[in-house]
Amino acid sequence: MSHDNLQAVVSQVRRDIVRMVHAVNSGHPGGSLGCVEYLVSLYFKHMNHHPKDFKMDGIGEDVFFLSNGHISPVIYSVLARAGYFEVSELNTFRKLNSRLQGHPTTHEGLEGIRIASGSLGQGLSVAIGAATAKKLNKDRSIVYTLHGDGELQEGQIWEAVMYASAKNVDNLIAAVDVNEKQIDGSTNDVLAMGSIGAKFKAFDWEVIHVKQGNNLDAIDETLTQAKGKLGNGKPICLLLQTEMGNGVDFMMGTHKWHGVAPNDEQLLSALSQNEETLGDY
Amino acid sequence: MKKYSDTGSKDTRSGFGAGLEELGNTNENVVALCADLTGSLKMNAFAEQHPDRFFQVGIAEANMMGIAAGLTIGGKIPFTGTFANFSTGRVYDQIRQSIAYSGKNVKICASHAGLTLGEDGATHQILEDLGLMKMLPHMVVINPCDYNQTKAATIAIADYDGPVYLRFGRPKVANFTEIDAPFVIGKGDLMTEGSDVTIVATGHLVWESLQAAEKLDSVGISAEVINMATVKPLDESIVLKSIKKTGCVVTAEEHNRFGGLGESIAQTLVTNNPVPQEFVAVNDSFGESGTPAQLMDKYGLNADAIVSAAQKVIKRKK
Repeated sequence: MSHDNLQAVVSQVRRDIVRMVHAVNSGHPGGSLGCVEYLVSLYFKHMNHHPKDFKMDGIGEDVFFLSNGHISPVIYSVLARAGYFEVSELNTFRKLNSRLQGHPTTHEGLEGIRIASGSLGQGLSVAIGAATAKKLNKDRSIVYTLHGDGELQEGQIWEAVMYASAKNVDNLIAAVDVNEKQIDGSTNDVLAMGSIGAKFKAFDWEVIHVKQGNNLDAIDETLTQAKGKLGNGKPICLLLQTEMGNGVDFMMGTHKWHGVAPNDEQLLSALSQNEETLGDY
Repeated sequence: MKKYSDTGSKDTRSGFGAGLEELGNTNENVVALCADLTGSLKMNAFAEQHPDRFFQVGIAEANMMGIAAGLTIGGKIPFTGTFANFSTGRVYDQIRQSIAYSGKNVKICASHAGLTLGEDGATHQILEDLGLMKMLPHMVVINPCDYNQTKAATIAIADYDGPVYLRFGRPKVANFTEIDAPFVIGKGDLMTEGSDVTIVATGHLVWESLQAAEKLDSVGISAEVINMATVKPLDESIVLKSIKKTGCVVTAEEHNRFGGLGESIAQTLVTNNPVPQEFVAVNDSFGESGTPAQLMDKYGLNADAIVSAAQKVIKRKK
């Protein structure tokens, strides 16, 4: 898909996100908006996957795990826009009897979701298991994950980081959304983590920094580079420097929109900044 | 009454190891993970025979549960192995979200459960694991009674699609069930028939219940013993059928009285046919160091305790 077409998807996904959280006055727009370019690039350009023929086992296709499940609006929008389920179902987000639960789950059978996430720190372990199964199955597809930077404060992440390099899980690309924000404030104020890149390197991972985590071309180049490094004995970590709330001016540069929905007026402002390109749901 | 004999004491964890070894040769989708307790869990044979399907994860149980969940996505049937304490309480949220809520086909295999872990003491003697696991929606919970049954249960759960908690123990105990009898998930076994009292037991307490039944028989009390290896889903019909004859129940388990088999049986009784029940279980307490036999004696988990409970509950019948 061309740059312009990807940019059109990005704009529509941003609209979906703010409309979804506004409709139920709950959800997590900040982190969702910051990860739009990465997920659009994955699902519309880089991943080999079968949206119209979803199979839980993912054999023969690339699979993605969202570990920071609270940014469910962005994954739901991207999955729907990619064709996993009807776009109109986005209208059920967080409502009673919906398959689009507040945090993603396999429990309701939503196509595209292979693990429940929400309680943080568990997705990397799951991805390692899936990547290991791919090796056993002689399936050369790729396993992708996304984590929040605040999520790295969970201890299980580091158990998994240690395991992945020790056991040469080299069919795995784990991305960290480095927006330097979490619920209570900046990651430096809440629990400073120092150099995340140095930590992954110390655990013997291949680390790639993406300084423009909201730039499609930068992400495209990085993913191409990362895929070229697979199969060399090391798991790959992408550190995506993103901006929480990206694409909506009043949500950027603050942690305050981590888990707050816009009001009617704020929604109109947010929508005016992101063109309707593919038709609202 | 039917009497059982010990065909040679063995540890239930060795039954697990033997079952896993057999699965290694019969089901290529079975994989095993262990958190630095391969010898204790008797997983050596599988690890040696199938090194490509055995994953040593180190002392990192949370990661082990997540990896197991992920392995199922590629069609594998993972068996995780560590002590019961580290298989449940330590990783409850990982099991809850990544395995149970996600509906993953993981077999959580837990050794050294209960007081009979012995000298290591209360840090390792979990007495709450059955409760923790049975509260998780759709989790199957199994606590077999001896080597033969543990081996059979290990083999049976590979054919069941869904999360299972399989609990077994450390010490050598009587081996008395039929060799190679197929294990049926959710079915209790009527061990002895009787008319005065029903004893429903699980795990190591089944042998003690059979000993208790013989002692009761010698004083003219006829006890019916049910081996309830599957704690969840509970075989309610075998209990309700039995109490129609006996009118009272003793439950026996190596677990806290809160959250265990006894509580599940009590719920069955009060919602169907209320009859008196006595609980042979640990009374809201942690364990301590000691030999398995000393501990089972001190905490009232043996044949004598079951005999006393039976005599007491019979007196409560109207």
